[in-house]
Amino acid sequence: MIRFTDVSFRFDNRQVLSNFTMDVPPGHTRVILGGSGCGKTTTLRLVLGLLKPESGSIFVDGQEIVHLTEQQMVPIRAKMAMVFQGAALFDSLTVAENVGYRLWEEDVLEEDAIEQAVDESLRFVGLEDTAHKMPAEISGGMKKRVAIARALACSPKIILYDEPTAGLDPINTHLINQLICRLHSEEQITQVVVTHDLETAYRVADRLVMIQRGEKIFDGTVEELKAAEDQQIRSFLEPAAVLQTPRCFPYKGGAVRTVETAADSAGPLPR
Amino acid sequence: METVAIRIEDALKGYVWTVQEFARLCGIALAGAFRRPWYTRDMVYYMDQIGVGSLFIIMLTGLFTGMVLTLQGAIQLEPYGAIPYVSRLVSTSVVRELGPVLAALMIAGRVGSGIASELASMQVTEQIDALRAEGTDPIKKLVTTRLLATLIMVPVLTVITDGIAIFGGYVIARFYLSIDSFFYWTWAFEALRAMDLVYGLVKPLVFGFIVCMVGCYAGLATTGGTVGVGRSTTQSMVTSSILILMSDFFLTKLFIFLG
Repeated sequence: MIRFTDVSFRFDNRQVLSNFTMDVPPGHTRVILGGSGCGKTTTLRLVLGLLKPESGSIFVDGQEIVHLTEQQMVPIRAKMAMVFQGAALFDSLTVAENVGYRLWEEDVLEEDAIEQAVDESLRFVGLEDTAHKMPAEISGGMKKRVAIARALACSPKIILYDEPTAGLDPINTHLINQLICRLHSEEQITQVVVTHDLETAYRVADRLVMIQRGEKIFDGTVEELKAAEDQQIRSFLEPAAVLQTPRCFPYKGGAVRTVETAADSAGPLPR
Repeated sequence: METVAIRIEDALKGYVWTVQEFARLCGIALAGAFRRPWYTRDMVYYMDQIGVGSLFIIMLTGLFTGMVLTLQGAIQLEPYGAIPYVSRLVSTSVVRELGPVLAALMIAGRVGSGIASELASMQVTEQIDALRAEGTDPIKKLVTTRLLATLIMVPVLTVITDGIAIFGGYVIARFYLSIDSFFYWTWAFEALRAMDLVYGLVKPLVFGFIVCMVGCYAGLATTGGTVGVGRSTTQSMVTSSILILMSDFFLTKLFIFLG
């Protein structure tokens, strides 16, 4: 359904992705795991055609999308929906208008059918009571669920999630994870979930890909990831064990660095 | 020395890049006016926001400009015994210059900065990307609709400013300078040529285009979170004000050349 082959992407002289390869078969949920700034969100933007890679090819539902224009991307995007990190609900529209936005824009269905689709989507995420509220009137967790409802309303083949549980409390995190699992088991939607939250990753993934500083360092199942002995993977999975070293900090992109200070050469700090 | 040269080169490249991107945005926005979807409801909403929303400040601007112009004009005309002809000065100044420029500056402050901050907020909260992901062309939906609404409403607002300013002048002329009403209105209209009215309507079209497109460009080019939103808003206001005054000079030169 989605295939990345040797995709490289550079932004502001920084190599964000290097020869990245990934395959997501139809109906599967693939989790992309990695630290902040490692290039996870970039992969989703590349799938949507919001960014164009420096090299390599990207196939979505059997079609190469790298060289397509904005206009040519419209039918490809119609098969996809994205849940943005901050939900990205349209401030000037009500929750119901947000959820039915694409259906009203496409102007294919009757008004009643659109309202029914909106109602069903909101019911699926348990927010049927908020239909007439504005995005500013609902909580962060509810916004994420509305974003999932918006994604669902247009019956997409693919849903992309950018940090769907970031900044949420455990109950909302559990609710979002449950929704992703239900969409996988009940609707067989192909899903790509970008996250750095291990609980979410373990819960929803068929397979996981791990990225560090733009390079893929792991591709396998949850069990394989847990059993991996690679130092970079272990440092991500068990940071407490690695970061207990004094002056040890994560790099932007995931790896671990140790900062040397003047005290290192002059001996221990006075107490 | 070499570092300074590189910095100057980078700055120049930056300016050229900005001009190129601005021109590209203008081209796409204008082309969008000739293809579906039309977003009529959005356009009517923006016309209401821009037109009806700006009416009060526009009327105040026009009223006080006309009143001040009459007072100052009377002082200048007094040595020549020409105070009764002050309406000629008011109507020509307002219709040719002050009406279009002051209305445009007020609209730049109220509407242009509003457009910039709204689009900038949408940009930093990923709403523009969300629109693209939903299959909507953000330039067509957000820029073209605002551009058309501005192009329709700014000339209307300018005509209202002109009318209110001449009326403000009348209030001072009649009740402070004791000029006869018939005399004031006769000379006010006598002084105007048909071409003045045409030029007085061409200018607002150009100014409206500047206000809207500068606001949209500043908004869509925003980076850097909430700080970027503030920067874009200020940038939009300053740039459009300067461009309005500069283009007014060149348009006036052109109109004088055309006669």
